Amino acid sequence: MVENRPLTRLFAHLIMIAGVLLVMFPVYVMLVTASHELAQIAQAPLPLLPGKAFFTNLHSVLTGAVDKTPLWRLLVNSLIMALGIAVLKIAVSLPAAYAVVYYRFPLRDGFFWLIFITLMLPVEVRIVPTFSVVATLHLVNSYTGLILPLIASATATFLFRQTFLSIPEEMFEAARIDGAGPLRFFRDILLPLSRTNIAAVFVILYTYGWNQYLWPMMVATDPALRTIVMSIKTLIGVADQVPRWNTIMIVSLIAMLPPVVVVLLMQKSFVRGLTEREK
Amino acid sequence: MIDKRAHFQGGVGGYPLLLPQVAVTLNFFIYPAGMAVRQAFYTQDAWGVNAPTFVGLTHYAALLNDPGYLYRFLRTLSFSASVALVSISLALLSSAVADYLFKQSRAYHTFLIVPYAVAPALAGVLWLFLFNPTLGIVAGRLQAFGIDWNPKVHGGQAMTLIIIAAAWNYLSYNFLFFFAAMQSIPHSLIEAAAIDGAGPVRRFRDLILPLLSPTTFFLVVTNVIYAFFETFSLIDAVTQGGPGESTTTLVYKVFQDSYVGHRYGASAAQSVVLIVIVSLLTFAQFRFVERKVSYA
Repeated sequence: MVENRPLTRLFAHLIMIAGVLLVMFPVYVMLVTASHELAQIAQAPLPLLPGKAFFTNLHSVLTGAVDKTPLWRLLVNSLIMALGIAVLKIAVSLPAAYAVVYYRFPLRDGFFWLIFITLMLPVEVRIVPTFSVVATLHLVNSYTGLILPLIASATATFLFRQTFLSIPEEMFEAARIDGAGPLRFFRDILLPLSRTNIAAVFVILYTYGWNQYLWPMMVATDPALRTIVMSIKTLIGVADQVPRWNTIMIVSLIAMLPPVVVVLLMQKSFVRGLTEREK
Repeated sequence: MIDKRAHFQGGVGGYPLLLPQVAVTLNFFIYPAGMAVRQAFYTQDAWGVNAPTFVGLTHYAALLNDPGYLYRFLRTLSFSASVALVSISLALLSSAVADYLFKQSRAYHTFLIVPYAVAPALAGVLWLFLFNPTLGIVAGRLQAFGIDWNPKVHGGQAMTLIIIAAAWNYLSYNFLFFFAAMQSIPHSLIEAAAIDGAGPVRRFRDLILPLLSPTTFFLVVTNVIYAFFETFSLIDAVTQGGPGESTTTLVYKVFQDSYVGHRYGASAAQSVVLIVIVSLLTFAQFRFVERKVSYA
């Protein structure tokens, strides 16, 4: 604290509280709406206090289906996709970053740029040709087809590269003098030192994978492979009838909870790892 | 490129380590991107019956001559600028106050991080409900003020809705980066300013804000890329590009032309333009990050 100004501090707290209320307002309305019966929310004004039907609604949604796909199935698919993307991308990126930082070989710069050109080009832009590739490989309607094309981006490799670059050179020298080979150095020194960053990358990729929308919409035409986030469109898109907003809000809650919980549980390492590239 | 002095001798060991990433990148990235470039020179009938005909630069010329494309371009730009402006300024305000409160602000962080984890499509649904013309709480207030609120009819309102949802969605990201940047400003600097009699507002304006300019630049680029591309699902869930074409961004049009309209050549040409735009943005950012970061 730089100086003692009780009034300024109070004012600052008020601004933060207002900000939090503003940010959480849609989430609050979602929870309230999810806790009412349809009859109560079908008429304006909408109740602003929670109702009693939350668990009844939750039960009927959890045991129900969205457009013929059972809800548990949507959740399992989302989980497989999110974990698959996170784990595979980390498994592919760690060795790649290791090679780029600790090895010298011909064409290294070329490979480096080949990988890093993908840094921020989102799947949305290359969607149609990527789909053709997946179709040619007969991967439409498979978990492999859902996962593999989305690990083709360098975000994780870039973050790991920066982590490795910031590890002191002396570590490497000391390990060499002690006779540690490449595998030993990687396993016993780099991995433990990068734990926070790996955790952060995991949270980022898990959230990214769970929240995918367009790609599963194209690849998972089989209802058995749909994911929870893409199914929200089916719910609000019902033509010619009043949307069941309490159901929509319960499904939205269930769909956003897994990434929110992971982000909040791993908040500390996630925040540190995410903002690392700024330092 | 920044390099370590220390490295393994006999570098061929690097190839197998790099192989999986290179294979995935070539197969699902470089090759499809190349196909998009090639496809943009051809026209194919919607059912793929006849072989594609080579048409040269026709699709690019058509884009240049299409006033609709220019409008979509400008619309996407103003959409991105609005999202970046709203989200960054709110994040800047909240992180400045959080930085001022420092340890007392921890409890607020937890809430401000939540939107990060929410899928853009879901963020869209939450705000769509608040702004729903018959039920929405915010919509009801607006109508009470005599505003004819119905984003399904009025393009500008639909645009406002997706700007708000997108800015909300990206607020956490901006907040976290600003807060981290402010925390890395040496405390002695702030104290010196305070001793010289600068109050919190003055310190923010004359000391903290200028020091934040690299972060702000980084975030502007990131926000623009987010608004250009990742808002696809938000738009698809909430407005489907409508009413009319009022929320059709460049990416949404690529999707419509290929997935719905089966005009693959025209869609591919638009993809190529977007690839060029995002590559330039990424390159600018990469150069910038590389220059600024100092490694051990």
